[in-house]
Amino acid sequence: MLITSSLATFGRYCLFIRRVFSIPDRWRVFGRRTIQEISKLGIDSIPLVIIISLFIGAVIAIQMQLNISSPLIPSYSVGLATRDIVLLEFSNSILCLILAGKVGSNIASEIGTMRVTEQIDALEIMGVNSANYLVLPKIVGFVLFMPALVIICMATSLIGGFLVAVFTDIITVSRYVYGLQAMFQEWYVWYGLIKSVVFAYLIASVASFYGYYVKGGALDVGKASTNGVVASSILILLFDVILTKLLLQ
Amino acid sequence: MIEVKNVTKSFEDKTVLHDVSATFHTGKTNLIIGQSGSGKTVLIKSLVGLLQPEKGEILFDGRNLLTMDASQVKDLRKEIGMLFQGSALFDSETVLGNVMFPLQMFTDKPYDEQLERALFCIERVNLKGAEKKYPSEISGGMQKRVAIARAIALNPKYLFCDEPNSGLDPRTSIVIDELLSDITHEYNITTVINTHDMNSVLGIGENIIFINKGHREWVGDMSQIYTTSNEALNDFVFATRLFQKVREYVVANEKPRP
Repeated sequence: MLITSSLATFGRYCLFIRRVFSIPDRWRVFGRRTIQEISKLGIDSIPLVIIISLFIGAVIAIQMQLNISSPLIPSYSVGLATRDIVLLEFSNSILCLILAGKVGSNIASEIGTMRVTEQIDALEIMGVNSANYLVLPKIVGFVLFMPALVIICMATSLIGGFLVAVFTDIITVSRYVYGLQAMFQEWYVWYGLIKSVVFAYLIASVASFYGYYVKGGALDVGKASTNGVVASSILILLFDVILTKLLLQ
Repeated sequence: MIEVKNVTKSFEDKTVLHDVSATFHTGKTNLIIGQSGSGKTVLIKSLVGLLQPEKGEILFDGRNLLTMDASQVKDLRKEIGMLFQGSALFDSETVLGNVMFPLQMFTDKPYDEQLERALFCIERVNLKGAEKKYPSEISGGMQKRVAIARAIALNPKYLFCDEPNSGLDPRTSIVIDELLSDITHEYNITTVINTHDMNSVLGIGENIIFINKGHREWVGDMSQIYTTSNEALNDFVFATRLFQKVREYVVANEKPRP
């Protein structure tokens, strides 16, 4: 029963995506809407990303110092471990899980409200491909801007750890900075960016899908928003495993 | 002219429309009336292609909607304007933005001409001065008028209205009815209005189709409705004491037709 309903949902998702990825009716309108979505979904998320990254970066640095303090392990390992955790997992997977909550619920509730207030029907009657008009700019805008959010997250997290070194005596600034530079692998940055682009697509498309097919009223919009966030979070975790296996091994 | 021939629509095992046939005339206000749950919203949604009937024909000046391919449906929809029960205005757009929307999506006119047309439509529904307001900043009646302006922006041949008076006070309802009637005659549009507002029925019903339990029960105009012998229609239209008195007065004062 679960398998059947999951397959049915996946089938509907594929049909939905086929409608989304069609040629826009008006490229100029599409471009304008994409810029609006970059502003709404991407730029508006920057303050949240900065705040979370700063604190998590600081916490990672403190926990690393507490957990790996041993005469056998060099003190610069704190910076090294903080950097690798941030680059490999926090700045992409964990950040995207957080953004699935913020951006995913925003998208699902916006499109869901448009559905229950007949705005999507109005678009369809005018002859507009509503899935393409509403969803494609969101997917393109969020996917395009996600690498910028990841880079901001990486930088701010490492600054958070740096501030720990500056304002506490658990590690010296020079050791922390040395650790950040030690054994650096550029591929880790690319790995994080590639993952984040896939996750951005999942967040925007899955949340849109749940919002687009809402039936009922305000209560159902709330349910669709929750379902969209839960589904995209699970898919992020699943694809995290798959992409890690593909890209790091 | 829109002709509906033997349309049947079911949801799972429940048949909502049974072999419904009707004709909606050009340049007239055509009303679909019936109790809540009688199938009138299903009929109007089938007419605009939001629902797909299992059987029958829906002919827009001879073109069958149910056998059209996607591109033909898209072309037909450019000839259709629709006013929804809840107005369905785009919340993120201003009044002007809402009326400009179909012009920007479907015409290649320069911006100045689009703007001129949008301002003309806004003025036509007596909303001059409200161009920069958002839907949340205007009243329900004004929202309906914006929706009418948006619906007529592309000079549609067919105008569909789903319960245009719901949620409005009687005075505003009359304003909306008069506006729809004027626009229909002015631009020679085939207007189909789905309503259970008796003021609309008796005020602007030039061609009335009464739907009861999914069947088309009666067809006529607002003058014929006073003398109908259809029991279900009488129960529906003259349900209140006020309308019964109106009927008695009209029948008593009716002059014999030559």
